[in-house]
Amino acid sequence: MSEQLQVKTMAEYMAEGKQPEVLFWVGSAGSYDDRAKKITKAFVKLLNNAGVEFAVLGAEESNTGDVAKRAGNEFLFQMQAMMNIEVLNAYEIKRIVTCDPHSFNCIKNEYPSLGGVYDVVHHTQYIKQLIDAGRLSVKGDTYKGKRITFHDPCYLGRANSEFHAPRSVLRNTNANLVEMKKNKRFALCCGAGGAQMFKEPEKGDKDVNILRTEQALETTPDIIATGCPYCNTMMTDGIKAKEKEDTVTVLDVAEVLANSL
Amino acid sequence: MNYLPNIIFALILIAGIGYFARNIKKLIRNIKLGREVDASDNKSQRWKNMARIALGQSKMVVRPIAGFLHIIVYVGFIIINIEVLEIIIDGLFGTHRIGLKVLPESVYGFLIGSFEILAVLVLIAVVVFWLRRNIINIKRFKSLKGWPKNDGNIILYFEVVLMCLFLVMNATDTSFQNMGAGNVISQFISPWFSDNPDTLHLIERSAWWLHIVGILVFLNYLYFSKHLHILLAFPNTYYGKLTPKGQFNNLEAVTNEVKLMMDPNADPFAAPAEDDNAEEPAKFGASDVMDLNRIQLLNAYTCTECGRCTSECPANQTGKKLSPRKIMMDTRDRLVEVGKNIDANGGEFKDDGKQLLGDYITNEELWACTTCNACVEACPVSIDPLSIIMEMRRYLVMEESAAPMELNNMMTNIENNGAPWPYNQQDRLNWVNE
Repeated sequence: MSEQLQVKTMAEYMAEGKQPEVLFWVGSAGSYDDRAKKITKAFVKLLNNAGVEFAVLGAEESNTGDVAKRAGNEFLFQMQAMMNIEVLNAYEIKRIVTCDPHSFNCIKNEYPSLGGVYDVVHHTQYIKQLIDAGRLSVKGDTYKGKRITFHDPCYLGRANSEFHAPRSVLRNTNANLVEMKKNKRFALCCGAGGAQMFKEPEKGDKDVNILRTEQALETTPDIIATGCPYCNTMMTDGIKAKEKEDTVTVLDVAEVLANSL
Repeated sequence: MNYLPNIIFALILIAGIGYFARNIKKLIRNIKLGREVDASDNKSQRWKNMARIALGQSKMVVRPIAGFLHIIVYVGFIIINIEVLEIIIDGLFGTHRIGLKVLPESVYGFLIGSFEILAVLVLIAVVVFWLRRNIINIKRFKSLKGWPKNDGNIILYFEVVLMCLFLVMNATDTSFQNMGAGNVISQFISPWFSDNPDTLHLIERSAWWLHIVGILVFLNYLYFSKHLHILLAFPNTYYGKLTPKGQFNNLEAVTNEVKLMMDPNADPFAAPAEDDNAEEPAKFGASDVMDLNRIQLLNAYTCTECGRCTSECPANQTGKKLSPRKIMMDTRDRLVEVGKNIDANGGEFKDDGKQLLGDYITNEELWACTTCNACVEACPVSIDPLSIIMEMRRYLVMEESAAPMELNNMMTNIENNGAPWPYNQQDRLNWVNE
């Protein structure tokens, strides 16, 4: 990325005696995974562009424990959750935004009964708020007329009933939004959920991400948009397996927007 | 001697309802084998859900063809049962069509006329259902074999027989036909029968008796069938999950231990407090039906094996062994087995060396789940197969350390460096300058 990203940690805000508007929960994928880091940067570009005073935890952030919980390890989940809650509460965090629907679901729904109560939003919801508030202006020519199909991440869509925000954000680019047959509440999983991301699939006829990619390709898209780093990996792998990487790109909603500023 | 039919009727009725009540008691006892669960919250929302999902069939129509046909059979079933009320009163008091004595002829005619039309619609729907189950290539039905397949068909045959008996009963009732109100359909069936009044009376009486006996047999068949949903869909939708689908429960017993572990003032060598009011569960997660909660066991009895869950499941669609429907069927089969064991051993469960995990549900099925909630979304009666899968994963991981190797590596990484991959936590912010 050409321009320098402006990123401050919570510790730095603390030292200045200030509170940020929002804490950006980067998440493990967004911190370490090469593809997901690009999503993180695209989102920060949007935040910088809108002049949002945000903070990250940096080295004080640890895994949410979400994936351990889905794998059945409630101990590890609660250990992680309580460590994170201690940090978040010490900084008196009120509002959290994240690009990962799994972190979003976990912090929003599963942290409160362990003592971590925050206003948690997914980055597509946050971007929509920035656009609605006039803080972020989008030039609608990069993707004008391009066919974009949005793949609903399970933990944003079905699990938390957010179907509108990502689509609303994408419409700002004047792209041609096309829906897969299985969409919103009935969208097919990308195959990464429930800790599948970290293991080989069980024996079967095909991989879930291939099936979902086939469904996406039925819409003859130019771009498959997602709102989840794991969905992104799965769909990208699917496109490679189908040898369509020359004609179809998999992008996060934040990247689509960052390219449209 | 004149009272003989009344007495026989009363005996049949008492036997029919009595046996059913006995089985329902057994069913409730079996459900209570599960762990207690608090669902006393949000009563108004729960009633609304029951009204919308069970009474209003809101999720059935997601699949329009099956949904529409189901509504016909459902409405037919409920409305035609008003007729059963008349039959019971007639049978007990020796009256004939008591409805005509209390209602104006026009109203009575309208009611019976609607029942007759519904009966025909139900017959048509049932024929289509039979074709869908047996002839048309629908995977979720085709994959049923043995008893579950027969069970589905037997219910359809029952309905055909009951509807036909109802129409024949009306068609051969000379006074009802002569009245000319309400015989909307039966007037066309009436000419098929002889003109001999004695024969007609005999047929009418036979149809009447068979109809009520058939209904009682059907009622008692429910307990042994997938068809229990016609009753249990109501409590099941009432107890359905109200929180976001992605929210899994936090195990309280784990919370207590983790808090203790993280408390710097806690004495690691302290003996457990005597008056520990929170009763420790025997184990974490579930390996058998007794470890599941009561709502999950109610779910299992409610499942009517329609297979919408399995047809939406990403693992199943890609040829994996996991089938949410099978999870529910296995849970019920095991629960029934445990119930029979208790009956055979004078009210106490004798260890039979079997359990739900392993003997019914394999690890391979459990690890194929993506926790995507498609099955939960698909269920027309608010069953949550995912919660059972999760409880069993918890048992596998926390009691048996039996997670797949790659997942163990992932979890070790989280424990050591706060990420599912072996990266240093200090490097979390490296992306800024890359």
